[in-house]
Amino acid sequence: MVQQAYGEIKLEQAGTIRPTHRQAAVRNTESAPVRWALTGIALLFLGLFLFLPLLLVFIEAFRNGIATYIAALRNDETFSAICLTLLVVAVAVPINAVFGIAAAWLIAKHDFRGKSILTTLIDLPFTVSPVIAGLLFILLFGANGWLGPWLAERDLKVVFAVPGIVIATMFVTFPFVARELVPLMQVQGDEEEQAALLLGANGWQTFRRITLPNIKWALVYGLILCTARAVGEFGAVSVVSGHIRGQTNTMTLQVEILFNEYNFVGAFAAASLLSAFALVTLLVKNIIERFSPEFVKK
Amino acid sequence: MARKRKRVMPGFGLTFGCCVLYLGLIVLIPISTIFASSAGMTWENFWATITSRRVMAAYKLSFMASFLAALVNVVFGFIVTWALVRYRFPGRKLIDAMVDLPFALPTAVAGICLATIYARTGWLGGLLEPLGIKVAYNQAGIVIALIFIGLPFVVRTVQPVLEDLGQDVEDAAACLGASRWQTFRRIILPELTPALLAGFALAFARGLGEYGSVIFIAGNIPMKSEIAPLLIITKLEEYNTPGATAIAVVMLAASFIMLFAINTIQRWSSRHMER
Repeated sequence: MVQQAYGEIKLEQAGTIRPTHRQAAVRNTESAPVRWALTGIALLFLGLFLFLPLLLVFIEAFRNGIATYIAALRNDETFSAICLTLLVVAVAVPINAVFGIAAAWLIAKHDFRGKSILTTLIDLPFTVSPVIAGLLFILLFGANGWLGPWLAERDLKVVFAVPGIVIATMFVTFPFVARELVPLMQVQGDEEEQAALLLGANGWQTFRRITLPNIKWALVYGLILCTARAVGEFGAVSVVSGHIRGQTNTMTLQVEILFNEYNFVGAFAAASLLSAFALVTLLVKNIIERFSPEFVKK
Repeated sequence: MARKRKRVMPGFGLTFGCCVLYLGLIVLIPISTIFASSAGMTWENFWATITSRRVMAAYKLSFMASFLAALVNVVFGFIVTWALVRYRFPGRKLIDAMVDLPFALPTAVAGICLATIYARTGWLGGLLEPLGIKVAYNQAGIVIALIFIGLPFVVRTVQPVLEDLGQDVEDAAACLGASRWQTFRRIILPELTPALLAGFALAFARGLGEYGSVIFIAGNIPMKSEIAPLLIITKLEEYNTPGATAIAVVMLAASFIMLFAINTIQRWSSRHMER
C-alpha cells in the first residue's frame, strides 16, 4: 500500500503536460545565492545519507585487498547463503509473477463485485511490518501453530527451514508485479484484445500476442523490484529462518551474523555483492523508465 | 475502462480462481491467524502484555523516532526535490536515480553501513564524539536509520506534483509584485501540502515497521533503544508467542489506521490536483 499510494500520485500526473522549466527559469526563480545554498544542502544531505554508506561498503570490503575479499566470499557458509538466496528468488519471483499477471488481467479486463476490495487486499503485505510477516508464519506453521501438529506428524518442516523462508519472501514480495501491471493495463483498455478475439484468436493467443507485448516493460520493471526485495528481505526471513548456519541463512542473515561476530571484511564482502545488485537494479529501472515511453511510469 | 459488454474477455474464471486461491493461502489466512491467536488470549493477559513498561517504552520509541525521521525527511526531502526539479547541475540525473537506493539496497546492508559510519571509530562518529554527540547505539541512531529508509517516499511523492506545477501562477504573482518568498509561501507551498503530507505519512508508516536497518545502529538497550519490532523477535526467542502476538496486533492495528489515513490524504490530494 505504501508504494501503491506513491504510484497513484505518479500516475495521475502522467497525463498532464510538463511545463518547460528553462523558459520560466529566466524570469522567475530564486536569486543565485539561494539557488546555490539549496543545491548545496540537497547534495550534502544526499551525500551523507546515500553516497557515504554506499562508498563505505566497498571500502570496507576491499580494506585488506582483493585476495581477502575473494577468500571471504568463498567461505562455505557465505557461499551456501548465496545459493539459498538464489533459490528463494528462483521460487518466489516466478510464482508472484504468474499471480501478478493473473491479477492484472482480472482487475483490468473484467468487471466484478468486490474488485476494489481485491485491489486493496493485494496491497496488504506492504502495510505489514516484515517482522510481523514472519510472525504470521510462525503462528501458522510453528510447533504450537495451527498446522504445527499436522506437519509434525508427517515429519514436514516449514518454519526454521527453507520452505518457511520461501513462503515468507512470497508474502513480502506479493504485490510488486501486480501493482506495476494493473494501472498500466487499465490505461491500455481492451480494444486490441477485443479485436483479436473478434478475428478468431483464442484467449491464450490474445494474451501472448497482444497483451504480453504491450505490458512487457512494466512486467520487467515489476520483476526487478520483486527480485530486489526478495534478495534484500531481512526482517521476515530472520523470524522464520532459525539461523542454522550453512542451511537456513540467506545472504542478508549471513551479513548480520558476520557483522555481529566482528568479521567486518566478511560482512562487507557479502554486503558488497548485495549493494552491487541494488545498483544494477537501479540501473535497469532507469533504463526502462527512459527508453520505454509507452510505459508511463514517470 | 468501462465494460460495455460483460464477459467478452476470456479467462475470468481462471484468473479469478488463481487470485483468490493464492491471495487466500499466502496473505489472508496468515493474517487471520494473528487475530485468531490473539482472540485466544484473555483480555487481562493481552492488556498486561501491551501495557508493560518495556513494551510501552518500545512503542513510544518507535513512534517518536518514526515521527522525527519523517519530519526531517519532509524538510530535506523537499529541498532535494526542489533542487532536482527546478535547478540544473552536473550529475543531476545520476542523483535523481540514486534517490531510490533505499528501496533497492537490502535494509541489513544499510544497517551495518550506518552503524559503522556512526560508531565511535567511524567516519562521522569520530567527528561527532568530541562534540559530545553519540549517534550509534543510541536513539539518535534509530532516527538516522529511519531517515535513510524514508527519504525516497517523500521525494517520489512530491516530485511529480512539483514537476507538473504550472509556473504561470508564479509568474503572475511575480508580476503583481510578490517577492519570491511570498510566492513560495502563498502559491507553491499550498499546492504541495497534500503531497508533502502523503510523503510524511508514507515515511512514517514505513518507519514504524522497519527492522533491518535499525537494529544494527540502535544498540537495542531495553527501555532505552529497543524498537517494537525487535521486541516481537525477543519475545519469540523467549518462546513467548502470545506476548509477541499481542505486540504485533497493536502494531498491525496502527499500520491499518495509517493506511486509512494515507488513503484519505491521497483522495484529498487528487481532488486538490483536479481543481
